[in-house]
Amino acid sequence: MRLIGRVGEWFDKRLQLAAPIRNAVDHPVPKNSASWFYVFGSAALTIFMLQIVTGILLAMIYVPSGAEAWSSLQALNHDITLGWFIRALHGWGSNFMIAIVLIHMVQVFLFGAYKYPRELTWIVGVFLLLMTLGMAFSGQVLRFDQDAYWGLGIGASIASHVPVIGSAAVKLMLGGPIIAGATLSRFFALHVFIIPGTLIGLVGLHLLMVLKLGINEWPMPGRLVRKASYDAEYHELTKKDGAPFFPYAIWKDLFFAAFILLAVAACALYFGPFGPTGQPDPAIIQTAPKPDYFFLWLYALLSLLPPSMETPALLIGPVVVIAILVFLPFVSGEGEKSWRRRPIAVLTVMLIAVTLGTLTHLAGFTPWSPHMNAWSGTPIPREFVNRTTVLQRTGALVFQEKQCRNCHSLGELGGQRGPALDSVAVRLTKDQLIRQVIQGGGNMPAYGKNLNPAETTALVAFLETLHPPGQVPARDASRKAIAAQGSVKP
Amino acid sequence: MSDDERTLSRRGWLMKLGIIFNGLVAAALAMPVVGFILSSITRSKGNGYLSWVSLGPVSEFPEGETRLATFKNPNVMPTDGKTVDTACWVRRIEGDQFQVFAINCAHLGCPVRWFPQSGLFMCPCHGGAYYRDGSRASGPPERGLFEYPHKVEGGLVAIQAGELFTPGASASLYGRKPPCA
Repeated sequence: MRLIGRVGEWFDKRLQLAAPIRNAVDHPVPKNSASWFYVFGSAALTIFMLQIVTGILLAMIYVPSGAEAWSSLQALNHDITLGWFIRALHGWGSNFMIAIVLIHMVQVFLFGAYKYPRELTWIVGVFLLLMTLGMAFSGQVLRFDQDAYWGLGIGASIASHVPVIGSAAVKLMLGGPIIAGATLSRFFALHVFIIPGTLIGLVGLHLLMVLKLGINEWPMPGRLVRKASYDAEYHELTKKDGAPFFPYAIWKDLFFAAFILLAVAACALYFGPFGPTGQPDPAIIQTAPKPDYFFLWLYALLSLLPPSMETPALLIGPVVVIAILVFLPFVSGEGEKSWRRRPIAVLTVMLIAVTLGTLTHLAGFTPWSPHMNAWSGTPIPREFVNRTTVLQRTGALVFQEKQCRNCHSLGELGGQRGPALDSVAVRLTKDQLIRQVIQGGGNMPAYGKNLNPAETTALVAFLETLHPPGQVPARDASRKAIAAQGSVKP
Repeated sequence: MSDDERTLSRRGWLMKLGIIFNGLVAAALAMPVVGFILSSITRSKGNGYLSWVSLGPVSEFPEGETRLATFKNPNVMPTDGKTVDTACWVRRIEGDQFQVFAINCAHLGCPVRWFPQSGLFMCPCHGGAYYRDGSRASGPPERGLFEYPHKVEGGLVAIQAGELFTPGASASLYGRKPPCA
């Protein structure tokens, strides 16, 4: 024991780290901050370390070459002992990290921790979030499969909208004029060197400020932050009602960190690694690429925005969001901290959560995408063709053969791009149906050039049968009046 | 005293000189670094960047039909793997009249599929649709499908390929150079 002590002394004489470490460990924190709400920051750090370890392990096998990345992932999944598990840990670790970072951010926002004197801690945190998202996107590219390939295409398309330098930005991003080997290598450099290096530096800064400025005290409704008096008040609080961070508060961090690691491992074990899906071969076009979970909301947003809004939203949106986050502590750096007295803050969080949640949910079943195989693979439910005439049945065939079903559902089967047609005859008269089919409109292509008159007649005859039993189809009132004059048939 | 001041100012002067010297070296080294980083943009000015590649004999494309064709990107690096195998849609209107469409949707680049029965290209990502001549039919795209410059020579259909089509890149090479054929 004495020997260990002497060895320790020998090192500390040279390193001189013991005193600052003791200071950090013993620094008093407000007792009320030793809460289960205050464990997310350390949990994010824990997962980040897991990502570093598993990332290094993966790099021992993974080949960052467009020609070999996919097969090296297959080797990891199937040939290397426990390669699949390390991949699964890294993939699930990524999802957990984003989730924990977001929860940490919401907690910090609702507890007013971004206010004086912790403004810079918050701003560094904003960039930590951006880096985390950057890691997620570049990591998805390294899983060089079909989703990664077309995901890069989407990224390039977005980058191309930048005014003036759009074309250059695309080539800079792709490392050349097309998505190829150079693209993967450059995202490898981003994912393995540039972003993690920045992350480690920013995490160090973030932690240093937490230590120097002290952890945010539990916000009490009515206890306002004033720049003039806060420092003294905080000092007083840690004096009167404080306890050393170690072990008073840290045990909760330790338990939660271990729990999160277990949760990642459990998901990895149960669900396994993500992909890779098909080979990154752009000649295989039978694919419907989708981004990873945390970018699904963006995928949904891109299909729901009106075309004219898209470019401004894509280019100005992120700048505005980042600017709001960065300037938040300067706009409301003082005042009420407690979420109980900040209804707008609570509503903002709820609104954003509901928006992102809804978009993510929609991206799960993509109602805006045509069902590419509905025309050939989805049957017409029997009740829609029961007791129909030959003409109407011919129309049902036209309906399938011309791929109407890819966008229109019958009996809840088929695409949801256009409206369901189960009761279209109630909404549109015969003339309106003919016009809609031939001229299109309202986001429907015109079929005039692809239907001969016989097909149109049959199709419309079928569509006219589509109304619920007992409900009369729409009729053109003027027809009857004109018929009374004897010029057209009713 | 005056001796000390003189020493200090000489040291200070040497330090400034050292900083300037480092700055000059850094600036000199920055040029190749920046040149290397920007080479992915400037490389495109080189020869053979956009080249004519053959899609096969005209007879492979029946009149009035649209067929999928694949070609290898003209510039290949050893690490490119399968990514250089590109697909495109070839529409033979009649005789030597062709249209060659990029596989990439003009919205965000997903691969569009051709449906001959309804005469539409449909995109699986966000639901863009195009008519047989490539013009926009519906959905989020702001324009029609991208077209490769093409020509028919010696019974072969050839296109000028080498760059990914992106919707905003109006300043790209395809945009600057009018189709040669």
